[in-house]
Amino acid sequence: MEKEKPNSENSVKYIIHKPLAYGKKLYIGEFLAEKFIKLVAFISIAAIFAIFYYVFQEATYAFKSPEKINEYVQKSHLNSNQNTSSDNLKQESYNSNSDNSTSPSTNQEDLKQESYSSNVDQNLKQESYSPTTTEGELKQDTYSSEKDVPKQIVETKNKSKLKKIETSVETPIENLTESDKQAISQRAQILKTSLEETLGEKPITFKEMFSPNDYIDNKPDYVWQPVGNTPKFSFIPLFYGALKVTMIGLVIAAPLAILAAIFTVSFAPKWLKEIIKPAIEILAGFPSVVLGFFCLMTLATVIQEVFHTTYRLNSFVGGIGMALAVIPIIYTVTEDALTAIPRFMSEASLALGASRWQTAWRVLLPSAAPGVFAALILGFGRAFGETMIALMATGNAALVSNNIFESVRTMAATIGAEMAEVEFRGVHYGVLFLIGAILFMVTFSLNALAEFYVRKKLMKRIQGL
Amino acid sequence: MKNVNIKISTKNLNLYYGTKQALMDITLDIPEKQVTAFIGPSGCGKSTFLRTLNRMNDLIDGVKIDGSVYIDDINIYDKNIDVVQLRKRIGMVFQKSNPFPKSIFDNVAYGPRVNGISERSKLEEIVVESLKRAAIWDEVKDRLKSSALGLSGGQQQRLCIARCLAVNPDIILMDEPASALDPISTSKIEELISELKDNYTIVIVTHNMQQAARVSDFTAFFYIGELIEFDKTKTIFTNPSNKKTEEYITGRFG
Repeated sequence: MEKEKPNSENSVKYIIHKPLAYGKKLYIGEFLAEKFIKLVAFISIAAIFAIFYYVFQEATYAFKSPEKINEYVQKSHLNSNQNTSSDNLKQESYNSNSDNSTSPSTNQEDLKQESYSSNVDQNLKQESYSPTTTEGELKQDTYSSEKDVPKQIVETKNKSKLKKIETSVETPIENLTESDKQAISQRAQILKTSLEETLGEKPITFKEMFSPNDYIDNKPDYVWQPVGNTPKFSFIPLFYGALKVTMIGLVIAAPLAILAAIFTVSFAPKWLKEIIKPAIEILAGFPSVVLGFFCLMTLATVIQEVFHTTYRLNSFVGGIGMALAVIPIIYTVTEDALTAIPRFMSEASLALGASRWQTAWRVLLPSAAPGVFAALILGFGRAFGETMIALMATGNAALVSNNIFESVRTMAATIGAEMAEVEFRGVHYGVLFLIGAILFMVTFSLNALAEFYVRKKLMKRIQGL
Repeated sequence: MKNVNIKISTKNLNLYYGTKQALMDITLDIPEKQVTAFIGPSGCGKSTFLRTLNRMNDLIDGVKIDGSVYIDDINIYDKNIDVVQLRKRIGMVFQKSNPFPKSIFDNVAYGPRVNGISERSKLEEIVVESLKRAAIWDEVKDRLKSSALGLSGGQQQRLCIARCLAVNPDIILMDEPASALDPISTSKIEELISELKDNYTIVIVTHNMQQAARVSDFTAFFYIGELIEFDKTKTIFTNPSNKKTEEYITGRFG
């Protein structure tokens, strides 16, 4: 039991201590490293917040009139008393525009003065759809061919509507008193509302998003119909669809992934473990577009043949796709949580005569409950925000139905499908960002709920802590 | 050794970790309802030997065992042995107290539950009885529902003993049960061991030779995977026949 004393004179002679004294030394390398790490951490956090801020800010356009309407209303009414006669010409340019549409005699400069929208030139170019004769207008035609054609058609349609309204509104020119200004602003409000209604660019409200916005067979219904004379933005079908696909995915993925993790941790021989674990982890990096393609082309056909479904692409096919994407995530996190349980825990159980299955089920899994729970939350977040698989495999029909073999449209897939068709900073644009914001808030609140409430309760129930 | 029955006997037991041999040709008879202590310096194989007695070494990859271990004249390394059934009859207490992250009640009730007892009244009876036998009942009777992890180290260790008594084993293997405890907890565990030996065959591994001298009836001295000497504790500590044993006991090495 004797302990050998280390021979201090020989073995540690290379480390020589100075006598202890006051005074700090600045280690420049450490100092810089610390500052650099702080900076990087700050930048990454700031970048995340900047993205959130941008998303939420852009989402506000859903609740605002589109800029072009606002600007038009403003220009034609509120600023009118400050206008000189030459400025007036700009304001009145709609008249000249309407002249333009009827008689092609107006010149280019006249058109350029028109300024009811921020992108003046583009709007002007749309005018070239009217029968053209002059050289200038031919030029505009060549311009317009470079632009996005469908958008132009829509805007031209809107524009012609605008013009119709414009002709019915008289613009005040004389100097104004306060009461006149009030009258003008009232008029502007009326004009704005009527414009919004005519153009179908009415800002939405929170109430509209979550209440029935259509009647089908005399039953209130939730409809997502973002394009049309009266666009209908109900979030219910999208939210419901996302939840449905996610739940189907989790119901399939969670048992498979958790059982697979239990198998690798406490049943599989070492060589098999070394194959299974990396194989499933590689799956986590599998591009979701490939999974989506597989679901779209192969799985959908199989499912239709097996279940004789009406619709080839439906939420069940999408759910299986989600499960394929989510299994590796749940598996990896659960496996880590199970592996992290100290060996003595399972030894204690086995020494008491528990079988391996009893040990896994009654000791390992409850002990790893926080990890398993985190895995499920992660999987939920992944499936809820998964875009490509939803876009390719769910059918994208915004239906509210309890049948798992009917198509659904998820929130993320809606952004993916419609982002290319919206007008910049229009209502629809804002609504898509709002969906993004809601997606974020759902995952965030779910995580918060899990962290602060459910987990504690769960732990108490399972582990008696 | 004539007047006691033999509970466990090993014959020519060899154990290899991969290519390294950890136990060399060990032949040993452990008497029934007595306390047998294994002593020896670190790494001498006494814990490994203990774990062969309930086949816990099966769980470690790369372990190869030959030879035989008889418990009640049945070779536990026979192909037809159900390891789960075997372990139910052999309780084990580990060096580090390892209660499950469950309530005190659930910890003790775990063994009976995996044995298929689910009736609440029976479980309660078993739990109370086991806690009383492990001399911890008075300390925990008011907090059976609270987590076992909230107990002190000594209490946790006695809880583990209670948990192991709850499955009604014949043999209790203890792997340095008091090595991480303070003297008061240690003495409680030692008292407990001497109470339990009336009903159970106890095998204890210890680093503490005073402990071995205090609690055990028989002592085996291991050195580098070999069984050097096995005899009554008194004989070992007063008149060892092997020089190595004498050197170790007198503290000349180890």
